Amino acid sequence: MTTAAETLARPARVGFASRAWRFVARHSLTVYALLAVAYLMLPIAIVILFSFNHPTGRFNYVWHKFTFDNWIHWNSVLGIQSALEKSLEIALLATFVATALGTLIALAIVRHRFVGRGATNVVVFLPMSTPEIVMGSSLLALFLNEQNTIQLGFWTIFIAHVMFIISFVVVTVKARLIGFDRHLEEAAMDLGANEWTTFQKVTLPLLAPAIIAAALLGFALSIDDFVITYLNAGPVQTFPIFVWGVARVAVPPQVNVVASAIFLVAIGLGLANVVWQYRAAKSTRGGT
Amino acid sequence: MGSFLHRHRSLTPYLLLAPGMLWLAIFFLVPMVFLGYQSLQSGLFPHFQFTWEFSNFSSALSGYHTQLVRSFVYAGIATLACLVLAYPLAYWIAFRAGPWRNLFLLFIVAPFFVTYLVRTLAWLNILADQGPVVRVLRDVHVLGPDGRLLATTFAVVAGITYNFFPFMALPLYVSLEQIDPRLLEASKDLYASSTQSFLRVTVPHSMPGIVAGTLLTFIPAAGDFINAALLGTPNQAMIGNVIQAKFLESLDYPTAASLSFILMGTIMVMLLI
Repeated sequence: MTTAAETLARPARVGFASRAWRFVARHSLTVYALLAVAYLMLPIAIVILFSFNHPTGRFNYVWHKFTFDNWIHWNSVLGIQSALEKSLEIALLATFVATALGTLIALAIVRHRFVGRGATNVVVFLPMSTPEIVMGSSLLALFLNEQNTIQLGFWTIFIAHVMFIISFVVVTVKARLIGFDRHLEEAAMDLGANEWTTFQKVTLPLLAPAIIAAALLGFALSIDDFVITYLNAGPVQTFPIFVWGVARVAVPPQVNVVASAIFLVAIGLGLANVVWQYRAAKSTRGGT
Repeated sequence: MGSFLHRHRSLTPYLLLAPGMLWLAIFFLVPMVFLGYQSLQSGLFPHFQFTWEFSNFSSALSGYHTQLVRSFVYAGIATLACLVLAYPLAYWIAFRAGPWRNLFLLFIVAPFFVTYLVRTLAWLNILADQGPVVRVLRDVHVLGPDGRLLATTFAVVAGITYNFFPFMALPLYVSLEQIDPRLLEASKDLYASSTQSFLRVTVPHSMPGIVAGTLLTFIPAAGDFINAALLGTPNQAMIGNVIQAKFLESLDYPTAASLSFILMGTIMVMLLI
């Protein structure tokens, strides 16, 4: 096989184009993968690039001039700062509550056999398989029917976000719990720890990576949600709702700045995780 | 507390479940009942009355079947496009990426880190009439001199495809990654060509991923209204656009509620088939 490839390659002096073509043919899947990633990255690159644009008119569609102004004066657009703050507040609060509730459900489903386990699984699965517009409008129907007591705003958004994040937390934590080595807990109990101490000192630390992953996912879902939020927000503006508002007129470059900043923080955390996993894999390989 | 739990061990799962499941019951299941209640009301805002108005459903269907059918057609094309585009990528990451695997997985989810609306708006820049894509397509006469991409069905479907791509790629990757390489070796040993072993071993074993990816892409895509709103015109309006406008603009809650039910019901029926 190698010799065949070498004899093909050796008469050489073939033009660059045909050599390139042979390379492409041999690595076509790799080339495709790189192209696909380029396709995924293209809009992101555009968002970041245009955060540095100095648009000529109201529209930030055509590249004109490089500037840092948008980043320095990111909050000079009316409403953008408070919208971002609202998004962050809701995301933090909803993620915290949903992660706690979801982790408990996951523990119950994986650790216990009880009547109604199947039904629980179905109820957890349903929100993930329902279109957002249906969930959003059903919640709105609930709130509208109680309109004398419930005012649409911060807390209705919070309620909605916790609701749709819970299922994702359950799924993420469940995956980790299923592959969980229960001998470690048994060992702790044998050494005299009671159930609560075992949970605190053994179960929780081992589950921590999954819980953190679930929380990050929940945070990302919350800060990005538009459909459900829009239907239940009343007068409150989160960042996506702010973008929806300006998209009908003209999107200022500051929107790109905020989106780029969110992206860079998230990708930074993601890259740190990749490097950490890579190192961990390397050290375990070295250890054995 | 500890001794109480010890005596009533069978209660533990229910105590663990209670807070979260109550939340889901009150804010997911109960609202569905209210949605049903609202879909059978009649009257004008804000004086709706519950009158078992089943005609809401038939009039909603006859008024908006175009948008309903269009939603499923767009979602279907986009799901197929996602599958075709994502499969080779997921395959490459699962079998060829080696140490680069996690980095490429991060690339797949990266679009999620950019606000949905903002990344959809980025396609406005890319597909704009003055943009490079349209210019090239006009030069090679794929598009006429006044041809455009924005405000067309193509733009909306392309937007949906891009936005839901990760939902397809990730489950595909997970199922491909679980295939035991020894199975592929065995098929080679039994003189299968690489095409045969791909079609008879790889594809069947990745079926769970194909099914999961298709559901995860198709369901949200059918209910989407952002791509149609930002990249299309009312001629590309999907059922999500109608529901949203009925709820928030024309305040016609009963029609909006019955349309939501029709959307969900159709998806349920498709799931069962």
